Amino acid sequence: MTQLEDFKSNDPIAWCPGCGNFSILKALKQAFVELDKQPSEIVIVSGIGQAPKTPHYIRCNTFNGLHGRTLPVATGIKLANHELTVLAEGGDGDGYAEGGNHFIHAMRRNIDITYLVHNNQVYGLTKGQTSPTSGLGFVTKTAPSGTISPPLNPLLLAIAANCSFVARGFAGEVEHLTGLIKTAIQHKGFAYIDILQPCVSFNRVNTFQWYSDRIYSLSDETDHDAGDISIAFKKAQEWGKRIPVGIIFRKQRPTLDEQQSATVRESLVEQKIDPSLFGNIFESFK
Amino acid sequence: MDVDVTIRIAGQAGQGIQSISAIMGKIFTRHGYYVFVNQDAESRIRGGHNFDQVRIKDQPVYAIRDKLDYLLCLDENTIERDLPYLDQDGVMIYDGTKSEFKSDNPNFFSIPLEQIALEHGKSKIMLNSVATGAAFALLGFDLQPLLDRLAEEFSAKGIDVVDRNKISATAGYHHVQENFKGISVAKIPPASFSKKKMLLNGSQAMALGAICAGLKFYSGYPMSPATPIMEFIASQANEYDIIFEQAEDEIAAINMVIGASFAGARAMTATSGGGFSLMAEALGLAAMTETPAVIAVAQRPGPATGLPTRTEQGDLNSVIHASHGEFPRAVLAPGHAEQSFYLMAKAFNLADRYQTPVILLGDQHLNDSYFTVDNFELGSISIDRGDLVFDDQIPSLKDYRRYAWQESGISPRILPGRSKAVLYADSDEHTEEGHITESSDVRQSMVRKRMRKLDGLRQEMSAPIVYPAKKSDVVLLSWGSLYGASKEAVELLNRNGISTQMMHFSEIFPFTAASFANKIKKKSKIFAVENNYEGQFAEIFTRETGLAVFHKILKYDGRPFSPQEIVHQVNERI
Repeated sequence: MTQLEDFKSNDPIAWCPGCGNFSILKALKQAFVELDKQPSEIVIVSGIGQAPKTPHYIRCNTFNGLHGRTLPVATGIKLANHELTVLAEGGDGDGYAEGGNHFIHAMRRNIDITYLVHNNQVYGLTKGQTSPTSGLGFVTKTAPSGTISPPLNPLLLAIAANCSFVARGFAGEVEHLTGLIKTAIQHKGFAYIDILQPCVSFNRVNTFQWYSDRIYSLSDETDHDAGDISIAFKKAQEWGKRIPVGIIFRKQRPTLDEQQSATVRESLVEQKIDPSLFGNIFESFK
Repeated sequence: MDVDVTIRIAGQAGQGIQSISAIMGKIFTRHGYYVFVNQDAESRIRGGHNFDQVRIKDQPVYAIRDKLDYLLCLDENTIERDLPYLDQDGVMIYDGTKSEFKSDNPNFFSIPLEQIALEHGKSKIMLNSVATGAAFALLGFDLQPLLDRLAEEFSAKGIDVVDRNKISATAGYHHVQENFKGISVAKIPPASFSKKKMLLNGSQAMALGAICAGLKFYSGYPMSPATPIMEFIASQANEYDIIFEQAEDEIAAINMVIGASFAGARAMTATSGGGFSLMAEALGLAAMTETPAVIAVAQRPGPATGLPTRTEQGDLNSVIHASHGEFPRAVLAPGHAEQSFYLMAKAFNLADRYQTPVILLGDQHLNDSYFTVDNFELGSISIDRGDLVFDDQIPSLKDYRRYAWQESGISPRILPGRSKAVLYADSDEHTEEGHITESSDVRQSMVRKRMRKLDGLRQEMSAPIVYPAKKSDVVLLSWGSLYGASKEAVELLNRNGISTQMMHFSEIFPFTAASFANKIKKKSKIFAVENNYEGQFAEIFTRETGLAVFHKILKYDGRPFSPQEIVHQVNERI
């Protein structure tokens, strides 16, 4: 069994004290331990923002790439070596603004990776600008009179984009989040969790308390059928006095990597290459 | 007898011009000739005015000729448009029943192409095969090899299509034999038949080079004129265990390539200038994370959308300078199909050895043109994955540092999951371990580490091709797809008494200045020949060597140079 200690990184943490990211980090490590994953079999791909610093604080393989481009990199990694456990991690700016196009297409492909979005409804690393999930009227440095455009509902988008696993977690509920992350990693296909993450520096509206007053767990509601897309659409639209957390929608379908890798003998990186065997390829040109 | 014959097939998009040129090109290749086929097409699927030219020689050929020996008019507009390019004793096939055109030139053959197509092939679309059959009769070639090629070309479309094409070609062939008895306008002596040589275009050669170099992952977004690279790789993916993924955009494409390469697969993408501009940020990501990446860029005239189906060498500065910050890269620019194959294999080795992006720069004229190639030597392709290490080579797994300092700039690289060690790769400035840092010392040493790779890369660049060896008064300075036109212009100029050498660069960046200084006269007049407005390579050349360029011969109308155009411009200036 792996221990929490196995995932300990030497890199000093550069988040604000009290940041919601700490609990997400804790849940992620705990999920790895409970799934008995080895650090060397995991790759976390992240973009740019506060959330994408997360993999530096875990001992495992990491690719900390460009802003918004986590999902294509993670897709390439998984296709090249489907033995790896691949996660992508970023914030709402990284995933829903800069990387919006990749989000839609990764869900469509159903590549077998887990995507964690730390959603704090504001830009943290660049110090407090509007995010695609900022609420109407939310005042920021780039929306001094309040945000005019309504927020993106990423869960609704995910269900519509045929995402095979759509969930919402809350940084304030570490145990619940750990369970969600575990289920997401075990899910065969694109598993997406939008994680509500209070930002203590730039979001004074959606605080720990604000969320705590509103969230409820779908698992407590025995009648929630995550396999029913119309119920899922309804649950995904619930945002106000009550905010559901848990698995909102789940539907198994063939993954990109299993369909692609069905055509290759073994993981791409395991293959031996011998050009001298390729003589036949020239025949059709003669 | 020296054979040098050019056949132009012209008409509208959708009339099957490219089918005819592909069929002819391969038949002449099988008859032992060297063929060069170039395409001049508008960015549309139907209508307009398009042509393909098939140039047939008895020795290797890499360029167009600007006078036509045969003109096959598939529609009436072509007659007026293309007749001026026909040589004095040139032969034209046209459909007199569809046009007002009248001439008593005995070399102009009016054939009711459309009628024959409708009567025998049951469709106007068979007109191209009728015209090809007629042309083969006039060329004095046997019908059977043409029928065999038609069967190959159309086999995927089913037996009915094959049969109607064969019947149409036969009808065109017989029409000429019956109506123009005893007339001989043949200029290509029929030769023995074999299937030894290949006919392929620059894109196919690049794709073949990649597959033979062990390509395992391809991701791309379609863009003319690079699309045939991805289509060929997609067609071979199952056979050669390649994973192919069509990306949602070029940004995704190159980031997927970087991911697959980071995991350990040889990976590439291909695009044209616009797509490459989208890839620019990730080009720096590959260099910063020290991940190998191969990018083929098939240039077309820009900026923005430009001329999508035409040619230019306007992106040299773009590929050398794209992306912010300072980082190492290499740029190779093949001159013909054979170089496209071998330089692609070299690109993969350089990318792996230097853990940085390498660009293979083609253009529409190279990528879409077909060349006869004797053969490719698989034995001369070596696969060098560079400093890839596994656990028995790592002193301490716990202390493995992905960016450990090395004089060469190249740190031993592990693959995630194939080692018990873990690695951190970062697009932020990072420590040797790969964690984000702000340290001034670390920043300086990491910049130095990456930039040192340029010293190594510079040593890897082959010297320019200097031809002929005899030092001369005039030097034609060319690069990339200009190889054929430049080489032939040199031969023509020398024949006209102007002693000329070609100095041709196929391996462009980092620039190697030392390798040719003693191969040309210090006082020779250097003419730079480029398919662009600025003379981008000439500027680099002068900056790097201190040698002045006497005159720039530039062309930026979206069309390739003919050797004759270059000769003309040299004569004007000398």
